[in-house]
Amino acid sequence: MPADTRKSIDPALELNSVTKRFHTKGRTVHALDGVSIAARRGIVTGLIGPDGAGKTTLMRLVAGLLTPDQGTISVLGIDAVSQPQRVQSIVGYMPQRFGLYEDLSVKENLDLYADLHAVQQADRGAHYSDLMRMTGLAPFMRRLAGKLSGGMKQKLGLACSLVGAPPLLLLDEPTVGVDPVSRRELWAIIHRLVAERSATVLLSTAYLDEAERCNEVILLHEGRLLGQDEPAAFTRRLAGRSFHVFASHLSKRALQERVSQAPGVLDAIIQGSRVRVVTEQAVTPTAEQLTGGAAPDAQITPVAARFEDSFVTLLKGAVNVPEAARAAPAFTAAAPSYRPSEDVIVVRNLSRRFGDFYAVRDVNFTVSRGEVFGLLGANGAGKSTTFRMLCGLLPASEGTLRVAGVDLRSAAAQARTHVGYMAQKFSLYGDLSVVENLRFFSSAYRLKGAHQRERVEWALTEFELGPFADATSRDLPLGFKQRLALAVALMHQPDILFLDEPTSGVDPLGRREFWRRINGLAESGITIMVTTHFMEEAEYCDRLVIMAQGRILAQGTSEEMRERFRSDDLPNPTMEDAFVALITAAENQQVRSAA
Amino acid sequence: MSTARIMRLRGLVRKEAWQILRDPSSIAIAFVMPVILLLIFGYGVSLDAKRVPLALVCENPNHDTASFTAGFFQSPYFVPVRFGTVQEAEKAMRAREVDGIVWLRSDFSRQMLSEGDAPIGLLVNGVDANNARIIEGYLQQVWAVWLAKFEAAQGLPLRIPVQVDARVWFNPSVTSTDFLVPGLIAVIMTLTGALLTAMVVAREWERGTMEALLVTPASIHEIILSKLLPYFVLGMGGMGLSVAMAVWLFGVPLRGSLWLLLASSSAFLLCALGMGLLISVVSKNQFVAGQIAIIVTFLPAFILSGFVFDIRSMPAAIQLITHIVAARYFVTILQTLFLAGNVWRVILPNILALVIMAGIFLGLARRASHKSLE
Repeated sequence: MPADTRKSIDPALELNSVTKRFHTKGRTVHALDGVSIAARRGIVTGLIGPDGAGKTTLMRLVAGLLTPDQGTISVLGIDAVSQPQRVQSIVGYMPQRFGLYEDLSVKENLDLYADLHAVQQADRGAHYSDLMRMTGLAPFMRRLAGKLSGGMKQKLGLACSLVGAPPLLLLDEPTVGVDPVSRRELWAIIHRLVAERSATVLLSTAYLDEAERCNEVILLHEGRLLGQDEPAAFTRRLAGRSFHVFASHLSKRALQERVSQAPGVLDAIIQGSRVRVVTEQAVTPTAEQLTGGAAPDAQITPVAARFEDSFVTLLKGAVNVPEAARAAPAFTAAAPSYRPSEDVIVVRNLSRRFGDFYAVRDVNFTVSRGEVFGLLGANGAGKSTTFRMLCGLLPASEGTLRVAGVDLRSAAAQARTHVGYMAQKFSLYGDLSVVENLRFFSSAYRLKGAHQRERVEWALTEFELGPFADATSRDLPLGFKQRLALAVALMHQPDILFLDEPTSGVDPLGRREFWRRINGLAESGITIMVTTHFMEEAEYCDRLVIMAQGRILAQGTSEEMRERFRSDDLPNPTMEDAFVALITAAENQQVRSAA
Repeated sequence: MSTARIMRLRGLVRKEAWQILRDPSSIAIAFVMPVILLLIFGYGVSLDAKRVPLALVCENPNHDTASFTAGFFQSPYFVPVRFGTVQEAEKAMRAREVDGIVWLRSDFSRQMLSEGDAPIGLLVNGVDANNARIIEGYLQQVWAVWLAKFEAAQGLPLRIPVQVDARVWFNPSVTSTDFLVPGLIAVIMTLTGALLTAMVVAREWERGTMEALLVTPASIHEIILSKLLPYFVLGMGGMGLSVAMAVWLFGVPLRGSLWLLLASSSAFLLCALGMGLLISVVSKNQFVAGQIAIIVTFLPAFILSGFVFDIRSMPAAIQLITHIVAARYFVTILQTLFLAGNVWRVILPNILALVIMAGIFLGLARRASHKSLE
């Protein structure tokens, strides 16, 4: 449907050239910059964009919690700018950090919202049971909200915002931090809601793969509108421009490096053992064109376009792509000092108990030099505990742990000198400048004098942080913060690099840039270990393990795992499909063994 | 009020009540904190000099000196220690083993009744000026009493022309506890009241529940009212507990009427809760709200309320500032109600001041809260 006719149908929500600026410490941030959108009634409209795109600001503007600097906002025919209370009285809103009242039970939380929306006592019974049927919370009515799992809390939050039977539902990142299984259930609830009650839903998300689940998608990036359309329309424009490239005698990373610099290539990322390419023209390129003669026998197979392909294409057209994100300078890392065997990390029968509870149980794996190894699992699967034991921060209860040839049980401190660690959250000193952070952390690793100066200089050049050397770290853009964190982790030239959820919330271009650096490190012989609950990140790994409830469910390459779940119903299973199938199978087995 | 309005308010108040019952922190603030503070300050802070270590130096012990020093041994205020020479006693004072020296010279008996030089030397450690003055006062009294007795026993005419016959009003036994505890209750209630609302509203902001609450039909009045009502009840409970402790544990007399106590406490508690609300609306963070609540309520209430330090002896500028310290009015009311009774002339203007201040704080808190995030 063309955009013009769509707008003529009375929309549930309409924003006209809305601009919102925030002023902090003398800086002005354009959270939204002249955004005009409309959301149709009775469908799910997805608000998609990376962190800092302006999703939350837009949600809050619609909810009447913020006032725009310019532009008009109409919600269900009400002017949200002049009559915020009228909007607030009829919409259902689930903020990003939906703080439920954790010391109230499920029923008490629902009762509160029923009272607030003046739902009559007589109507509550039927209404609640309907909500409980939808969310599957019925068995937990008396449980305190604080004792629910992450996914259940999210469902309860959704149920609370539904108590008033709102015609419009505003959901701000309802699926963030939720495991893939719960994520699917949440989506099922939302779709049922739209089908049964013909509700209108505006939902924001940073997961690009959720776009396909929306009826319509609004793409935001750094406060600007990149486009609004049906998800299929985005990918349709890219028809015939996505390919898989495989070269038998060229490593996937070398291949990616080559392909990304070929003319006419917009995007090249590693996917399993192959490289996924998006081209400027809808013409199948030749191996010669893509690899410049390095791999004339490379196999090129057309694949269906993904939503991420179109997002990246749009982004590259919309923003000034920094040179760094395109051209890949050869990464020069110092050769690792440790050489003897190929297995850099050896984990045998590793367990960690907290009282009676096994956070990690009988875990085995080995990681070779220069390998990118992934640890995949939902929150509470035991990833962080395993990670902490590998870093020597937490002693193991049972089993052996060798990192860089050093037994962690006897020489944790020595092992730590071989390890670099980049935490999930920005954990550097925000008040210090870039150079001060580099100096401080390098001195913490006992670097001094000329050697220290040399390493700081190296970090500034290698990570292109030179122009920001004296900038306060807190004020750096997200991508630069991440570069700084990576630089800090590499100051003491570790053999092994631990990355904890490295790119969550980063936009796809930033993620590509980050992984380009990581690949460079891996090529130079540094071993990379990544934990993530982000399925997309799993594709970058050479091998990975999937963990749940402290145990390893599966081990292998991402292709092997996807292959296991290929069926007639799922001819092209994604990493998430494989993950969900594994978790479900494990849970079923548990139920059987318990019965 | 429409039924929807009542329903919303009831829902919010009930939610608050559940939270109070399940989360011990607000109960701790309302009940445990006053008890602990009252015990610590009630027993610890005392302006009476009791059991002061005192050095006695008798250069020439005889019947007269013995009869004089016997007074010190019987007094509850002193713990006398005998020293042979004044040098030894001075050494002990330097070591802070004694706070004062009573030096009866060798010619004590002879000089005692003659004109001219005093036969008694008194050295007091002036580091603690308050303590020094009290010791001096006590000693003078002991000396005067002994002298009078001595002369009467000798059958001599009374040679002291003027005798001070002091009578202490309101607090006849001059126990400072009676005076301190009512003031202390005011100070404690300032802190409790402000902390209760400051923490709970900041908690809603911190946990993100406030944002969800804002996008509901509930008006900002209802949200504020739902915070005031339950914590008012809780705060009054703490107040009742404090008064009970004052009367039954510290034995402070309560001469005024309970109704007046209830009315003035209500006005004051609204004032403190309003301050807390204002703090939390501005800070939106539990830690910062807690810090601010302590600094802007507890400290001024402690120093500028007249609870320990008499406002009349402060410089004029500081006296002016004390007028914006709500605790000042409540301290006066409580001290009056406990020690004097229903003195309307004193109590009414102070209650009026509290009502005005409560109105100002609640009004400011209302103005500072919007149903928006800006």
